Amino acid sequence: MTLTASPPTSAGVGAATLLDFSDVAMRFDTGTVALEGVDLTVRRGEFVTVVGPSGCGKSTLLRIASGLETATAGTASVSTKRIGYVFQDATLLPWRTVQRNVELLAELHGESSDERRRKAAAAIELVGLTGFEKNLPKQLSGGMRMRTSLARSLTLDPELFLFDEPFGALDEITRERLNDELLRLFTEQQFAGLFITHSVSEAVYLSTKVVVMSGRPGRIVKAFDVPFPMPRDPDIRYSAEFADLVGEVSHALREGHR
Amino acid sequence: MVINVTVLDPAAEASGEKGTARARGRRFRVTGSTWWQPALVFVALVGLGYGIAGVFALQGRGFLWPYPHEVLYAAVAEPAAVVQIYPALLNSALVALTGLACAVVLGIGAATVMVQARWIERSFFPYAVILQCLPILAVAPLIGTIFGYNFAGKVVVTLLISLFPMIANTLFGLQAADRAQRELFQLQGASRLTTLVKLQFPAAMPSIFVGLRNAAGLSVIGAIVGDQLLGQGSPGLGTAITVFASRTQGPEAFASILIASLFGIAVFLVFGLLGRLAVGKWFDLG
Repeated sequence: MTLTASPPTSAGVGAATLLDFSDVAMRFDTGTVALEGVDLTVRRGEFVTVVGPSGCGKSTLLRIASGLETATAGTASVSTKRIGYVFQDATLLPWRTVQRNVELLAELHGESSDERRRKAAAAIELVGLTGFEKNLPKQLSGGMRMRTSLARSLTLDPELFLFDEPFGALDEITRERLNDELLRLFTEQQFAGLFITHSVSEAVYLSTKVVVMSGRPGRIVKAFDVPFPMPRDPDIRYSAEFADLVGEVSHALREGHR
Repeated sequence: MVINVTVLDPAAEASGEKGTARARGRRFRVTGSTWWQPALVFVALVGLGYGIAGVFALQGRGFLWPYPHEVLYAAVAEPAAVVQIYPALLNSALVALTGLACAVVLGIGAATVMVQARWIERSFFPYAVILQCLPILAVAPLIGTIFGYNFAGKVVVTLLISLFPMIANTLFGLQAADRAQRELFQLQGASRLTTLVKLQFPAAMPSIFVGLRNAAGLSVIGAIVGDQLLGQGSPGLGTAITVFASRTQGPEAFASILIASLFGIAVFLVFGLLGRLAVGKWFDLG
């Protein structure tokens, strides 16, 4: 595992490169250009966060990576089929219990019920929801619903984990706790992460690399390597270096928005 | 005949926004603290019934508007009336439930086909709406000619009246799953059938049960109206009401109407309860 992040313009496809975007553009039928000239690589052991103003095409980036959309120009290659995708809201099926929600993906892949149960139990334990297996989503708090959603993706044992502003709707305390949990999962599970957010401090805290996008059409204006080692001490948030980096990223964000 | 059809919005609940659907459900609910208010109205209505019956009796036309206790007596104790009303209820119930079963199967089937493609829905849904506007009184003779004036014809009348809420509610329900939920399935390469079975149908259940409750209420109306319009075969409540009324047997006619109404209410409640048992755990049907 390497924690040294490559600059976004790097075109080298190493063995550990799981996502490689080269000059990717997205133009919708309506004529809207969502993305333009995006170069981005994510390797195993990297956690890349994309920050940018609303409507800059951040989510489109994830949709292309997951295969929900196809880029209209450039090449977007993903070298794994094990892709986890965490939506903006938990996207649970309200008629299913936590257990059955977490089993869903394995069920859709036609795995045996023993296998499903084993995977779900492991994932539920990983996100700290043991004891809530029989609860329905409406009986859970927003944070617990998001944990269920995370557990559901974890059953795929993803090599590439895509997050579309998953904690945006949560309160600050829940959000920080889930950030810590996510970092713990990242160090344990060794996936490659691509995380969308519009919180700069969340971006810096979670990532090995922060990528700043401009307003529409979205393009990458700057990339920052985050020097803090993993696993991260939660108190790092209150250090001067952390504040400096948040300041730099925020500055780049404002510049790009202009 | 104008029939109001309510369509529930399960989308809000399915996407986790419980507030709106809950509030809507609560608005119509009779809560424990207000039971005496409708009870008071009931007492007032019975009193009004006595008042009107008294006026009719003074005019020597008491047979047109019987006293409430006479109606009750005819409905539960008078042998000549009871022996006609309850077999008629059974016949009407049979027609209503058969028609309802046909409406459920055809309605869910039609909605499932329509939801497969936007163009299919656009092409066929207007005809479902027209079906609802069909003046059943006008087409009843035609139905009699084609399907016969007995059981089959009455079932067809019932079907025509109760089909629309099944189609509309099922269709609405099948479209209730939100985009992210559909994409969740798409990302795993789930087939159309899998998505239908594991996502769309479960998400549609609250709507389907609302449709079922409305259709069940309408099927009772359909069975009675069909019976009156076609009037052959085993006599149902429609025939009983017509016959008693034509013989100016006021208490018996009113008793038949009372039993028909209670049957309608019972069906509505039973299917409402069925819905609550089926989806009440995760969806508030109100």
